[in-house]
Amino acid sequence: MKIKFRLNGRDVEADVHPSETLLETIRDRFEITSPKGACTQGVCGLCVVLVDGEPLKSCLVLTPEVQDSTVTTLEGIKDERIETVRESFVEKHGFQCGFCTPAFILRTYTLLGRKLSREEIREELKGTLCRCTGYKAIVDSVEEALIKVRE
Amino acid sequence: MTDIERVDALDKVTGRALYVYDLKFPGMLYAALVKSTVPHGIIKKVDPSRALAREGVEAVITGSQLSHVRAGIYIQDRTPMAAEKVRYLGEPVAAVLARDLRSAREAAEMVEVDYHELSAVVDPREALREGAPLVHEKLQEYHRYQEIKPLPNSNVANVFRLRKGDAQSILQRSDLVVEDTYTEAMISHAYMEPMSVIAWWNPDGTLELWTSAQSPFAVRNLLSKALELSESRIVVHVPYVGGGFGGKAGLHLELLVALLSKAVGGRPVKLTLSREDNFYVAPSKVGVSAEGKVGLSKEGKILALMVNYLVDAGAYADYAVNVGKTMGYIGAGPYDVPNVWIDSTTVYTNKPFATAFRGFGILEAHWVVERLLETASRKLGVDPVQFRLMNRLRPGSTTSTGQRITEGSGDLAKCLQVAADMVGWGSRKSSSHPTYVGRGVALAMKGPSVPPYNSAQAYLKFNEDGTLDVSVGTTEIGQGTMTSIVQLVAEEFGIQPNKVRVDLVKDTSRSAYTWQTVGSRSLFYDGNAVLAAVDDAKSQIRRIASKVFNVEEEEISIGGGKVFVKGGSRALDLKDVVMGYVTANGNVIGSPVVGRGSFVVPDLTYLDSQGQGNPFPVITFGAQSVEVEVDVLTGVVKVNKYVGVFDLGRVVNRGLAMDQLVGGAVMAISLALNESIKFDEGGAILNPNLVDYKVAEIGDVNDNLIGVFLENPDPKGPRGARGIGENALLGIPAAIGNAIYDAIGVSVRDLPITPERLWREIRAQRPELLEV
Repeated sequence: MKIKFRLNGRDVEADVHPSETLLETIRDRFEITSPKGACTQGVCGLCVVLVDGEPLKSCLVLTPEVQDSTVTTLEGIKDERIETVRESFVEKHGFQCGFCTPAFILRTYTLLGRKLSREEIREELKGTLCRCTGYKAIVDSVEEALIKVRE
Repeated sequence: MTDIERVDALDKVTGRALYVYDLKFPGMLYAALVKSTVPHGIIKKVDPSRALAREGVEAVITGSQLSHVRAGIYIQDRTPMAAEKVRYLGEPVAAVLARDLRSAREAAEMVEVDYHELSAVVDPREALREGAPLVHEKLQEYHRYQEIKPLPNSNVANVFRLRKGDAQSILQRSDLVVEDTYTEAMISHAYMEPMSVIAWWNPDGTLELWTSAQSPFAVRNLLSKALELSESRIVVHVPYVGGGFGGKAGLHLELLVALLSKAVGGRPVKLTLSREDNFYVAPSKVGVSAEGKVGLSKEGKILALMVNYLVDAGAYADYAVNVGKTMGYIGAGPYDVPNVWIDSTTVYTNKPFATAFRGFGILEAHWVVERLLETASRKLGVDPVQFRLMNRLRPGSTTSTGQRITEGSGDLAKCLQVAADMVGWGSRKSSSHPTYVGRGVALAMKGPSVPPYNSAQAYLKFNEDGTLDVSVGTTEIGQGTMTSIVQLVAEEFGIQPNKVRVDLVKDTSRSAYTWQTVGSRSLFYDGNAVLAAVDDAKSQIRRIASKVFNVEEEEISIGGGKVFVKGGSRALDLKDVVMGYVTANGNVIGSPVVGRGSFVVPDLTYLDSQGQGNPFPVITFGAQSVEVEVDVLTGVVKVNKYVGVFDLGRVVNRGLAMDQLVGGAVMAISLALNESIKFDEGGAILNPNLVDYKVAEIGDVNDNLIGVFLENPDPKGPRGARGIGENALLGIPAAIGNAIYDAIGVSVRDLPITPERLWREIRAQRPELLEV
C-alpha cells in the first residue's frame, strides 16, 4: 500500500507491505542508518524516531500508521541546539561503542528546555538500553546538555 | 597526561558511525537461518521446496552441502551448519538466501526438516555420567590444539590440571578446612549490535568480508585454516563495532557467510542475526559449577586451596575450553598460596555453545575463590580485610602458576586499603528490619590470557603538512583504545591530537597487525608497538635534522611540533623535516619518514603438565568493595555504593579508564544480580530476548560508582600502563555476595543472586529474619 509522509523535511512516498515497520521503511527504503534495531520488540529503544515531535520506537510503529505524519531521525534535526547535545555527550563521555548513541541523543533533544534532576533524567530515558557505559556518563551528558541549553 | 577527546566522537554523536549492521552492497542477498527444533537428533530430511517457491528467494543451502568444511578454534568440532545431526535446539541446519530480509526470514519458516530425535544431555553434571548421551561421538577424531585433550567416548572436551605444592596432604593437616560449592549461570553478552557479516568473493578468488568482530586478524587466520585459503587471499574489514565483550572474538558466522556467498557465485551475502537468533546461534558465556576447599592455619594463613571446576561449553568447544583452562590457571588468584590443586573440566552439553566473555574464566574464578576465602576468614574470626592483606601476593611471591610478582606489578595492599576505607569498612551500618546494610570487599587480579607469541605491529607515516596517519591492529569496540593511541603519539611529537589520524576502521590488507582485541591487551600491546614506531620515526627525524644543523644526532630534540638543537635557538617545523629537508639549492637531506614498530613479550611460556609457567605479559591488581542493602522480605539487593581501586601503572586517559571502570561495574552488578540464560529441560531457551533477559536499565543503578587509580608504573607497559577493560568486573559479584553475608549472615553461592533465590536462602539459613 502507498503511504505518504514527511521524512526529515522531505515529502516521501513508499509502497509498503501493510505489516512493514517504520524502522524497516526508514532503514531499508530510505537508507537512513541512525535508528538501529537491537531487539525489534520495543525494549532496547535504539530505533527511536520523532513522529510529529513525539519519540516513538519505530520497530513498534507500522508504516501505514504514519500516513501524513512528520517523521524525524537524528539526521533530520536542523535545530542548532542539537549541537549542544552532541557536545555534551562528547565532553561527558556519554557513549562508548556508539550503537545506542543516536537514540540517547534524540531522546535528550526532546527534553531540552526542561529542568530535570538526575533521577528525573533516568525516569525520562527509561526504555533505552546501553550495555557499555553503565549509564552514569549518559546521565552526566544529558544533565550538561539541559543546563547548557537553558543558559 | 591530559585527556584528549575521543577520536570516534563525531561519527558516533552524529549517527554517522557505520556498523556492519548498516552496510549493504549492490546485488546483495540476505540470509536467514533455519534452526533446529530439537536439542539432539539425526537430520533425516531437509525439504526446501516450499521456501524455494517463495517470491524473492534465490537459494536454500543446507548444512550437508557445507559439511566438508570444519571449524573450531581449539577443537575442530563443528561444521558451518549442522550436517548429519543437530547438537542443540536452535542450531542452524540450513540458510535461505533472498533478495530482501523479510523474504529470507519468512521463507526460512517454510523449510521443512525431519529429525530422528536422540536423547539429549542438558545438565553438565549429567554429561559426565557413564552412559550419558554423547554430544560428539567422534570426539577423538577431530583436529585440535595439542594442549587441549578431549577424552574419547565421553562429553569431556578438556581437563586442565594445575598442581603447585601438595594441596591434598596439606589440607589434611590444616587447622581449619572450609569447603563449599558454587554455580554461575550461562549469560548473554547482550552487545547492542547483533552479529552481522557480509561476504563477497572477488573474481580473482580473494574473499572480502565485513564483520562485526573484535579481532579481524584472528578472523582472517581462522578462516584461512577452515577454507584452506592463504591469509593473503582474505581481506577482513571491521568498521565500528557495536560492542563485543568477548562475544565477538574469534571466528563465528564469517565462515558460514563466506560459503553462502560462494554457493551463489560469489555475490555479496549478508547475515544479521535477529536478537532471538543471537541468543541461540551466537555463543554466550560458559556456565560453571565448582567445588572449593581451603585449608588454613589458626593464625589465618592460607595453606592450601583445591577447586574442581565443571565448565559447561554447550554443544561446541569454541573458546570454552580455553576459558576453562584460564579459570584453572588463575588458581588462587591474587593470593599467595603455597599449595594449589585445580581441576577444570570443560564438558559438552546439548545447549547453545559458549565462548569468551569479558573476564575470560578469571571472572568466574573470582566468584569461587573470593567467596570461599570470605567464608573461611569469617569462620576463623579474622577480619576479611586483614585476612586478605595477610595472604595477598606481594613482590617476591609467586602466582599459582609460579609466575613471580615484582615491585613493578603494582601495589595490591594499597588498592585494598583504599577500597575498604572508601566504602566505610568497619564503620557503623544503619540497618532496620526488613532492610539490612552490609559491606563486602574482594581482590581482583588478571592479565591477558594470550599465547606467548601474541604480538602487535604499528606504523605511522607523515603527510606534507606535518600531520600523520597511524595504524594499529586493534579495533574500536567502544573501549576507546584508539583515542589513547592518538594521545600517546600526539604527546610524543608535541602536536595537537587533531593532527594525528588513526585507522578507526580496519582492513587486514592495510592495517598494522595485532593478534586480537581481547584480554585487556590492546593498550599494552598496540600501545607499546605504536611507541616503538614513534621511536623509529624520531630517530629518522633526528638523523635528518643532525645533518641540517650539522650537530650530533643526540643533540637533536623533538617536541612541540618542532625539531631543535638542545639548548640552542635553532629549530625547524616538523613538516619541513618529515618529507626530507630541502636545501636552498634543491638538494634533499633524508627522505619521507615512516615509523615502524612492533611488540612482543619474549619470555612468556606455555604451561607445563602441572599448569606451571609464565602466562601473563602483564598483571593488573585491584580491589573492589560494595555496600549493599538487602530487603529480607523480598530478597531484593541494592548496591548503594561501589568503589573500584586499580593500580593501572600509568593512566593514559583518565576519562576512558573511568568509563571502563564504571561501565564494567554496572555490567558486573547486572550479571551478579539478574542475568542468566534460562533453559527448559529440553534445552530450549526460556528468555531469548531482551524482554525476558534483563540487562541493567538506566533506572537500575545509581551514580555512587567510584574509581580510584594508583600509578605504580609497570616496567613493560607503554609509559608504564596496564589494562583495565576486563578487570573492572572481576571481584564485584563476590564483593556483593560478601556484603550480603555481612548484612544478614546468609551465604550465597549461586549466580545470579535473584530476589527469589536469595529469599529461599534466607528461609533456609536465617528463617527468623522472615518472621513478622
